[in-house]
Amino acid sequence: MAETRVHAFLDFEKPIAELEGKIEELRHLSDDGEISIVDEVERLQTRVDRQLDQTYSKLSPWQKVQVARHPGRPHCLDYVRGLITEFTPLAGDRGYAEDNAIIGGLGRFEGQSVVVIGQEKGHDTESRVKHNFGMARPEGYRKAQRLMHLADRFGLPVITFVDTAGAYPGIGAEERGQAQAIARSIEVCLELTVPIVSLVIGEGGSGGAIAIAAANRVLMLEHSVYSVISPEGCASILWRDGGHATDAANALKLTAQDLLALGVIDEVIPEPLGAAHRDGEAAIAAAGQAIRNSLAGLKGLDGAALRQQRRDKFLKMGDTTGL
Amino acid sequence: MNWLNNYVRPKIRSLVGAKSDVPENLWLQCVSCEQMLFHRDLEDNLNVCSNCGHHMRLPARRRLETLFDDGKFQEIELPENVVDPLKFRDRKRYSDRLKDSRSSTGRTDAIIVAHGEVGGQKTVIAVFDFAFMGGSMGIAVGNGILAGAQLAVLQDAAFVAIPSSGGARMQEGILSLMQMPRTTIAVQQVKEAGLPYIVILADPTTGGVTASFAMLGDIAMSEPGSIIGFAGARVIEETIREKLPDGFQRSEYLLEHGMIDMVVKRHDLKDTLARVIDLLMRKSPGAEIVQIKADAGEVSDTDSGTGTDGVGSADGADDGSKPDPD
Ligand SMILES: [Zn+2]
Repeated sequence: MAETRVHAFLDFEKPIAELEGKIEELRHLSDDGEISIVDEVERLQTRVDRQLDQTYSKLSPWQKVQVARHPGRPHCLDYVRGLITEFTPLAGDRGYAEDNAIIGGLGRFEGQSVVVIGQEKGHDTESRVKHNFGMARPEGYRKAQRLMHLADRFGLPVITFVDTAGAYPGIGAEERGQAQAIARSIEVCLELTVPIVSLVIGEGGSGGAIAIAAANRVLMLEHSVYSVISPEGCASILWRDGGHATDAANALKLTAQDLLALGVIDEVIPEPLGAAHRDGEAAIAAAGQAIRNSLAGLKGLDGAALRQQRRDKFLKMGDTTGL
Repeated sequence: MNWLNNYVRPKIRSLVGAKSDVPENLWLQCVSCEQMLFHRDLEDNLNVCSNCGHHMRLPARRRLETLFDDGKFQEIELPENVVDPLKFRDRKRYSDRLKDSRSSTGRTDAIIVAHGEVGGQKTVIAVFDFAFMGGSMGIAVGNGILAGAQLAVLQDAAFVAIPSSGGARMQEGILSLMQMPRTTIAVQQVKEAGLPYIVILADPTTGGVTASFAMLGDIAMSEPGSIIGFAGARVIEETIREKLPDGFQRSEYLLEHGMIDMVVKRHDLKDTLARVIDLLMRKSPGAEIVQIKADAGEVSDTDSGTGTDGVGSADGADDGSKPDPD
């Protein structure tokens, strides 16, 4: 699937894009024996790598937002394909509709039966429309609840992949109780007697994200973001000007590194050189490793202990009173 | 992105804000029917327009006075919390915004938690103060909901939440988002103790507040015309580029769509709340017989004055299905 993606360069990647363009050109030249093209390519590649390393080790929060939204970044279904065998999608909330913004189903993670739930943004126009750009309606969150209950009944660990700009703002979504669906989804996460591990793989957009991420372990990819509001939305309210998104991104503390420091997440999953959109497979493998470790770490806990661990963890967040 | 509009602009603030006792505007105009109303009459009528019945916002403390028996309640002290955990700054420092709100409201944050009796049953009420940064939910509000829930469990009391909030408090970033699971845990603690959890969704209840504890009540009620929703109307309009239907996100609309149990007029709210709590707490007859109706007899329901020093301000409206401003 990765090869069907347009290689989009972000603004701050321009110098890298130029070098990579040169490499491509050289590769198309036939070696006339005068200078070694192989050597030249290698020399340039080293420069590219160095540039990537420098650029990506000090991304600003706003740049991280752009990377997190990069269309070439692996999405939920890519992780499912890479990590879950026998994936069996399950559909519908049994009340109103199937919502493709949230995909879910049964499958095996390294042999273990699991329930997988996640927002899928889509990778081309058709699939983006199909998945509503990863913005779920109440049905999506009710499907998530249903699948979590299924996991609970059969004692299966739950793995969620978070990647959404937020829950969908629409008339129908409001009429059918978007707020209630999210609230209840959070409640179900917190009720589970099975382990739940959540990975923010791209964009963790406010209520739409936490709905499936009140988990025993919450992990974030190195260049993903997670925020109460988008920087654009925050800027247009607090600065009265959406153009201040950069300032808002700085102020909101929305990077994986910030969230780790704030104690909101448990772990940052390293991304390959130049971020996940340059090497999806490596990112997915790193995510798999992190899921394995997380599940292993939760293995000894029974249902009550899992619930308690989850509760204690969230009760502590932001609290300094010892309440 | 969805919470964009949930922030509440100052101009939307109700006619009767936190400083309703400042007699600067002796006459106020009803936003609904444009009738001029004398401020004292309006206060006596629980901020309900005597002409058209339009419900304006009621300050948090007044809320408590009207719901607890005889207007008597005990406010609990909320734990001091770290101020401005992100050192957030937009055009203004968050710490300064907090300072301003604190001095204008005389409160440390946007929530009051109190306990007392409603219809003779032990009850804890957590009420939002919309005048404090639009009732937005940060860590302190999360702590308030948790403290209220835990007090209810401790006292074997019913727990009532009265949100009035634009949503999460952006200036606390991800930590405000985390109040959604935190307050949900508070609700679970009440439910696990077998106690009633009742929500009165006051105008407005939106964003992350609606999408957490506010929508998890055993019983959900609201007053006429209250705005209740997840995404704000403006964001929805911008997203779908359509006009929104009449009455969209109003309490009557939510009732029609099955999202709340009832829409109750402010003057009937106390009796309704007392009856629901009584039905859920005093399950079999026998035991003591509880007078459900609040006895507001000490103060006549003629002009009861404005002597509201917190406790004991029964102004005759508690017991009446018919507000009679005389
Ligand atoms: Zn009126």
